[in-house]
Amino acid sequence: MAELTYRQALHDALRAEMLADESVFLMGEEIGLFEGSYKITAGLLAEFGPRRVRDTPISEEGFVGAAIGAAMLGLRPVVEVMTINFSLLAIDQIVNHAAKVRSMFGGQVSVPLVIRTPGGGGQQLGASHSQNIEVYYAHCPGLKVVAPATPADAKGLLSAAVHDDDPVMFVENLALYNTKGEVPEGPYTTEIGRAAVVKEGSDVTVVAYSRATLAALEVARQLEQDEGISVEVVDLRSLRPLDRETVCASVRKTTRAVVAEDDWLSYGVGAEVAATVQEGAFDYLDAPVLRVAAAEVPLPYSKPLETAAMPATSDLARAVRRTLDESAYTK
Amino acid sequence: MATTTPTAAPETLVGFYREMALIRAFELRAAEMYAKARIGGYCHLNLGEEATVVGLVAALEPRDYLFTTYREHGFALARGIGAGQVMAELFGKATGCSGGWGGSMHLFDAGLRFMGGYGIVGGQIPLATGAALAIAYRSEAGPAAEAVMCVLGDGATNIGAFHESLNLAAIWHLPVVYAIVNNRLGMGTPVQAASGEPELYKRGCSYRIEGVRVDGNDPVAVREAAAAALAAARAERRPSIVEALCWRLRGHSVVDPARYRTPEEVEEAKRADPLLALRSRLVEAGTLDEDAASDIEALAGQEVDQAVAFAEESPFPDPKTLFDNVYATAVANMAQARPGDPVLGPFTEGR
Repeated sequence: MAELTYRQALHDALRAEMLADESVFLMGEEIGLFEGSYKITAGLLAEFGPRRVRDTPISEEGFVGAAIGAAMLGLRPVVEVMTINFSLLAIDQIVNHAAKVRSMFGGQVSVPLVIRTPGGGGQQLGASHSQNIEVYYAHCPGLKVVAPATPADAKGLLSAAVHDDDPVMFVENLALYNTKGEVPEGPYTTEIGRAAVVKEGSDVTVVAYSRATLAALEVARQLEQDEGISVEVVDLRSLRPLDRETVCASVRKTTRAVVAEDDWLSYGVGAEVAATVQEGAFDYLDAPVLRVAAAEVPLPYSKPLETAAMPATSDLARAVRRTLDESAYTK
Repeated sequence: MATTTPTAAPETLVGFYREMALIRAFELRAAEMYAKARIGGYCHLNLGEEATVVGLVAALEPRDYLFTTYREHGFALARGIGAGQVMAELFGKATGCSGGWGGSMHLFDAGLRFMGGYGIVGGQIPLATGAALAIAYRSEAGPAAEAVMCVLGDGATNIGAFHESLNLAAIWHLPVVYAIVNNRLGMGTPVQAASGEPELYKRGCSYRIEGVRVDGNDPVAVREAAAAALAAARAERRPSIVEALCWRLRGHSVVDPARYRTPEEVEEAKRADPLLALRSRLVEAGTLDEDAASDIEALAGQEVDQAVAFAEESPFPDPKTLFDNVYATAVANMAQARPGDPVLGPFTEGR
């Protein structure tokens, strides 16, 4: 095990997959000469050359669509879309084509494609550059959507995504790139579609993914230390498929649940998880399932406004306490 | 546009006539089957475009890849998908070329490298460009190389994906031919009302992609232009445009009465009918007599009769197969609940 950044873990997985399989190649804006807007692909152009590290012009619909077409012929492109906000320029190709060509053509063709793209606010990038819109893709059958929180899962899920014969939206987060964690050496994959209980606890379950998982772990440690509240943290890791059983098993044990996400509240992952919990653990619940999510505004630029709109660890802690305070939700 | 009529061997022309007659007969029957509610959804016909369709496909080698539009029944037939499989797909049957999952707009045959009809206008253009990228990634240029033909309609030349794709094909030197079927109408909108440059073969000029315009009612002219474009794609990795100017004989889709067209325009389209034109050409040249030409049409009719019978007799897909084609790689926790089913499976155990 080595301690690596999330960025380095992604880089290592890409490099390993390119070394292992000639059909794996990279495409995206500024990934070659510029070495990537967030430097995930640093050094790869020099090592693999322009055939396998292909800089694209600014034309998301064109190059994402071209990657889908190349995947239909059996190549395994890994596309970097500079931020998830720009994936909207390619959403017709992702939702109407990548997600559908396999079933629409009776299973005759597959799309072994990975689209890597970071989301996330908090960097004062303003409304159009700070979104978490993975749920747009998680809604869509035909796609797989993963959003790892740790360097170890970033490496394992990226390798799994490259090996997978279906289109995978691989959602990163700007705030995670410099985070560190233990990463196993050598090749391995993390199974798509499996959540992980990343901290055990007995009073309340916090369900999270991506950056919110780190917030959940921080809140869990704090509450346990300061207030004696035992929090279990479930990291979804995959948004489609969603590991409903692991979530419900945890809630059946703890009897309370809070869902933490950085995206907007309405119609979000939190709503999906809450609906799942009430169906799969109804008789076990001792409190309403709560959601902690972003305020429903386009994210503002000015720091105090941006901070006010984004869920903070204190907001999550407050929600966890509320599930334990009967007076907060009984008549 | 070429001013002299290109020539082809008599047997080639007869072959074109057979294929065009089959497409004509197929499309007329498809309209009839739609009216009888055997076919659902949308149904767009190649009526009037037969010479363009046959000429374009005739230029392809079996190793080439063909991406098309939602108006693609004729392309599928010309590429060699059986009329029965195409009709069965329109009927939504399990024996259809897309297993009943696609319908009229989404015909596919992996073995024939018929890479699909696409329901989203121009959606196939980036995909075809990417297929050409895969070819360039895997193999060297040369006369025996693979190439891609991307068929699109006149209306698709106005979408962003067309321009992004042409730019990628140009900077990456991709072996792809963009074949524009210009039937002069995007649904009901005339080309000159929709396109700042209505001479569509010129629309690659921003990307230094050359184009030619051919008479889409002459299958030989279409084939020769497409073959030259494909040769440049294979040997030089030079993408290009072939614009075939033709007429749509019917409305946008089966249900469209096309009231936006003037009687004069409709008459002009009928006068230009490529099937009648080729028949006259063959009879005047003495290649076929009237009886032989009629026999070819009768045989096409019989083939379509058999296709309809095959489609009628074929089973619908089993609803049990509903989840079979959505993903290629099985992973944990794939949701397969039917409407109304519990998402977690039966869960009755209480506390």
